[in-house]
Amino acid sequence: MSLETDINMLRADLSAAIAAADTEATLDAVRVSALGKKGSVSALLATLGAMPHEERKSAGPAINGLKNEIAGLIETRSTQLKGAALEARLKAETVDVTLPLPPAPTARGRIHPISQTIDEITAIFSDMGFSIAEGPDIETDYYNFTALNFPEGHPAREMHDTFFMKPGPDGVKKVLRTHTSPVQVRVMQKTNEKTAASYLTPSQDPPIRVVMPGRTYRNDSDQTHTPMFHQVEGLVIDKDSHIGQLRWVLEEFLKAFFEVPSVTLRFRPSFFPFTEPSMEVDVQCDRSGSEVKIGEGKDWLEILGCGMVHPNVLRNAGLDPDVYQGFAWGMGIDRLAMLKYGMPDLRAFFDADQRWIEHYGFRPLDLPTLFGGLSS
Amino acid sequence: MKFTLDWLLEHLDTTASADEIATALTTVGLEVEGVESQGKALAKFVVAQVVKAEPHPNSDHLNICKVDAGTGELIDVVCGAPNVKTGMKSVFAFPGTYIPGKDFELKGGVVIRGAPSNGMLCSAAELQLSNDHDGIISLPDDAPIGEKYVDYAGINGVVFDISITPNRGDATGVYGVARDLAAFGLGTLKKTDFSPVPSVGKGPIAPLPHQFSGDEPKAIRKFAGRYIANVKNGPSPDWLQARLRAVGLRPINAIVDITNLVSLGWGRPLHAYDADKVEGTMVLRNARGEAFDALDNKVYTLDDTMTVIADDKGPLCLGGIMGGIRSGVTEETTNVFIECASWDPELIARTGRKTGIVSDARYRLERSVDPALTEPGMELATRLVLELCGGEPKEPAISGEDVFANTVVEFPLGEVRRLTGLDVAPERIEAILTSLGFVAEGSGDTRTVKVPSWRPDVTQKADLVEEVMRMVGVDNVPVEPLARLNHVAPRILTTIQNRRRIARRTLAARGLNEAVTWSFISHDEATRFGGGTEDRQLANAIASDMTDMRPSLLPGLLSGARRNANRGFADVTLFEVGQVFLSDKPEGQHTYASGVRTGTAKIDGAGRHWLGKAGAVGVWDAKADLAAVLDALGVDIEKVQVLPEAASWSHPGRGGRIALGPKVTLGWFGELHPAVAAELDIDGPVAAFEIDLDALPEPRKKATKTKPALDLSQFQQVSRDFAFVMDRSVTAASILKAAKGADKTLIADVGIFDVFEGVHVGEGKKSVAIEVTLQPRDKTLTDEDIEKVSAAIVAAVTKTTGGELRK
Repeated sequence: MSLETDINMLRADLSAAIAAADTEATLDAVRVSALGKKGSVSALLATLGAMPHEERKSAGPAINGLKNEIAGLIETRSTQLKGAALEARLKAETVDVTLPLPPAPTARGRIHPISQTIDEITAIFSDMGFSIAEGPDIETDYYNFTALNFPEGHPAREMHDTFFMKPGPDGVKKVLRTHTSPVQVRVMQKTNEKTAASYLTPSQDPPIRVVMPGRTYRNDSDQTHTPMFHQVEGLVIDKDSHIGQLRWVLEEFLKAFFEVPSVTLRFRPSFFPFTEPSMEVDVQCDRSGSEVKIGEGKDWLEILGCGMVHPNVLRNAGLDPDVYQGFAWGMGIDRLAMLKYGMPDLRAFFDADQRWIEHYGFRPLDLPTLFGGLSS
Repeated sequence: MKFTLDWLLEHLDTTASADEIATALTTVGLEVEGVESQGKALAKFVVAQVVKAEPHPNSDHLNICKVDAGTGELIDVVCGAPNVKTGMKSVFAFPGTYIPGKDFELKGGVVIRGAPSNGMLCSAAELQLSNDHDGIISLPDDAPIGEKYVDYAGINGVVFDISITPNRGDATGVYGVARDLAAFGLGTLKKTDFSPVPSVGKGPIAPLPHQFSGDEPKAIRKFAGRYIANVKNGPSPDWLQARLRAVGLRPINAIVDITNLVSLGWGRPLHAYDADKVEGTMVLRNARGEAFDALDNKVYTLDDTMTVIADDKGPLCLGGIMGGIRSGVTEETTNVFIECASWDPELIARTGRKTGIVSDARYRLERSVDPALTEPGMELATRLVLELCGGEPKEPAISGEDVFANTVVEFPLGEVRRLTGLDVAPERIEAILTSLGFVAEGSGDTRTVKVPSWRPDVTQKADLVEEVMRMVGVDNVPVEPLARLNHVAPRILTTIQNRRRIARRTLAARGLNEAVTWSFISHDEATRFGGGTEDRQLANAIASDMTDMRPSLLPGLLSGARRNANRGFADVTLFEVGQVFLSDKPEGQHTYASGVRTGTAKIDGAGRHWLGKAGAVGVWDAKADLAAVLDALGVDIEKVQVLPEAASWSHPGRGGRIALGPKVTLGWFGELHPAVAAELDIDGPVAAFEIDLDALPEPRKKATKTKPALDLSQFQQVSRDFAFVMDRSVTAASILKAAKGADKTLIADVGIFDVFEGVHVGEGKKSVAIEVTLQPRDKTLTDEDIEKVSAAIVAAVTKTTGGELRK
């Protein structure tokens, strides 16, 4: 048998074995059987050393050629097998991406419309240079009525359906505030006392621009009244603030809040003990459909009360009404929210019904800003 | 207050339309709540003639009628009225007409006991014109067949309904409304004849003595009475009945109707007594606890703060509020005593509140009635009684004094411009004030303004500005932008406001829903959650479960959770950021952020899912929510104390307190105590937390804080694990503190990665495994270095905990 025959036979055997190898392991076994220390090709190579020079000259390249050829085949086959294995793995790892995930926490948690509305109001007034002030819910009779020029026994006091507190140890007559207006006095009045609580805004010197949102209470409960509700009060005090500016502030606010290009307001002279002149304001709207549309239509909807701060209130707060003057207004936050977002029933605001909050609530990161859009 | 257009026209000479009048009323501050055509509801009823009426063969009380309603055909109608007869004229309703007195729509094509009926002949009660339902309306023979009944009967007038603010007693009469409209430029005010009516001798009732002792509350100021003898009382004329009915009043008899006419027409309440029913002397005094039968057919117990008009037998009238039945005027009354009195508005308001009586007299007198109208009002009433009932007026019986404010205001005309921004010429200001009854004197920039007696609400400059403004119209005030600040706005929100906002958004981002619950809760709930003291209780709660100001947000949230559970939603996440009341003082009002999770409402979702099933909520969910809020507010929960001290509402072994030093509590977290859950009727697991946002440390004064330099070591971190066995009661916090303290420079972090209990670690013991991360600063650690620090860690932990290293 000639060397050439040996090589050809070996090539044929090994090629067949390589092609037949269907795993990396069997391929490696073929590699060891051929190219390993004791492999068939290695054994053939080992015969070169004993060959005469002339013979070796031709046999060397032939055997080395076989070795390289086999190594190349193994390499190719190996690449093939690796590719197939990866393909099989990827196939096995395939999932049904249409399976639903549980909603993210941010997709479930919702902000109550009252908080959102207060944030919206804050965003608008902050642009007009207002800051936010607060007062206590359990208010003294003095701040809730007397300082606001409600004389004892005046029918206007009666109109407030006041909740009275049982007498406390200090003997001071206290009520649940019936409106946010007492905060006006707290902001304006000069006091040397240190602010008793961190939420109480320290009194300010004119010029004053504050809005005062908060909870208010009246002993009244029916279809459209709840014993607790929310109001926002506004106050501007300077040496020349007048009704013309009040009209501007309210128009601009309502335009921005309802996100409409224009609003038409109707100011009606009215009466509040703490303002003079006093006015109620109606906004023009369309009530023909199921929802109220602000900024169009021919109907009027009462939306807020306002006026020039009464000289007696200024005096009670220690300001000279011949030097300082200003205006104030108050409106219902719950009502603004209902008008803007279409909730039909005020009572549902306070029921903590998860379905209601999910439906009417706002996404956690829908933070109302003027630069990002009030409602997105 | 309601009045008709023709009533207004008696006081105002004007050509203005009803629409113009309505607009003007609203502009001047007499808000129009409604303008209605009085006959609107009756527009479909027509005048018809009963051409033939014969008894129904199958009935002993029905008639079969042929009715001519002007349609050209006779209509078959079955009628049950006893007064129906051939030839009479009456009011007819076609099928499809709404019958207000019956509240139904009339059907056509009906068959009544075998006879067809296509319409209805109507009674006054069916039209809601009166209570008369004894028979169908009988109209005069000349009533035109087919004409609309409202046109024929003249009940198609316009009715205005306006709302009067509490300061405008002067506008509680049509006359006062007309005065405002005239001042607005809508016409001319017609004067009323208040001149004295001549008397015929003295009456039997002497001027009423005022029997009050020194410091008693005395509501009466001046009492003017007039005895009119030999009146012929009876139903008042049609025009007066129609007028009263149009504004919702029931005609009684001529004299009573006159008192109502003067009350509504001039805002001057009156009262009329049947003088023959007065026993003995009439006096003014305070009540003495008597029971009083009032004209509203109710009995009131009067007290000694209430002024009455009384005779020897007791109160005849609760002064300024309502008359009594005993001396009420009836159609049989022949001698009448008319009262026109002036009262203290505050005391009238107080009596009104105490008795709860709502009357037209109280409505006007508590707003104040022109004191200059006491005697003229009496004269006016006398004149009207003479006109309608005849009689002989006796000399007036007058006692007491009216109180006049006689206010004079120095009014710089520039005030109008200063407060409103309106430019109004001095002549116009003067003209407006004059037409409203003010007297403006002087010239130049200031006027001395005398306020008329009917406007006690006007006391100072700003009040006069309002008078001018409402007559010029607020809509004419030029809009002027509020100047922008000349600097960047300072901080808008206070620290606590910012905290609330962040807490809200953080909790919502963790899947909790924001609730807003009542500030008041039940006394039991308040007591259970640390409140319930008397200073935080309402004296006049609206409901028995809304009596106490809440000391915690949890009762409201838990009630909300229960309501959701009752609707079939057991997995609830709710939070609230709101005020709680730790006392009745301003500083007792804190803002808490609190939340509850019930059932399986974990942060990754509730209930079953193909990814896995959520377990029951527990203490860790509450702690995680609380930690997230603290972190969002800049407080690292690792750097504050977490103490195993459960809140009163919490499971004692599954609740903790977050503290900052010995005095400050930042919050609580835990699982709801099973006993509390049972009390509140809540099933299943509940995890809850509360944070006192006011207790968090105040931020440093300087708002901007430079961050400490970033120290990045170039040497690799090394970590080592240790496991210790110790008593079950040893806290994780003490283990971590001990381990960290073993080498403060080298140890960067210590974490617990395994905790377990079991028989093989011993009864009452637990195994805790920690991973300590070492961060070399100046050289790579050698094995010896690591050995050394490891030994220190083991020593520190075993010493603190009393445990030992697991081998």
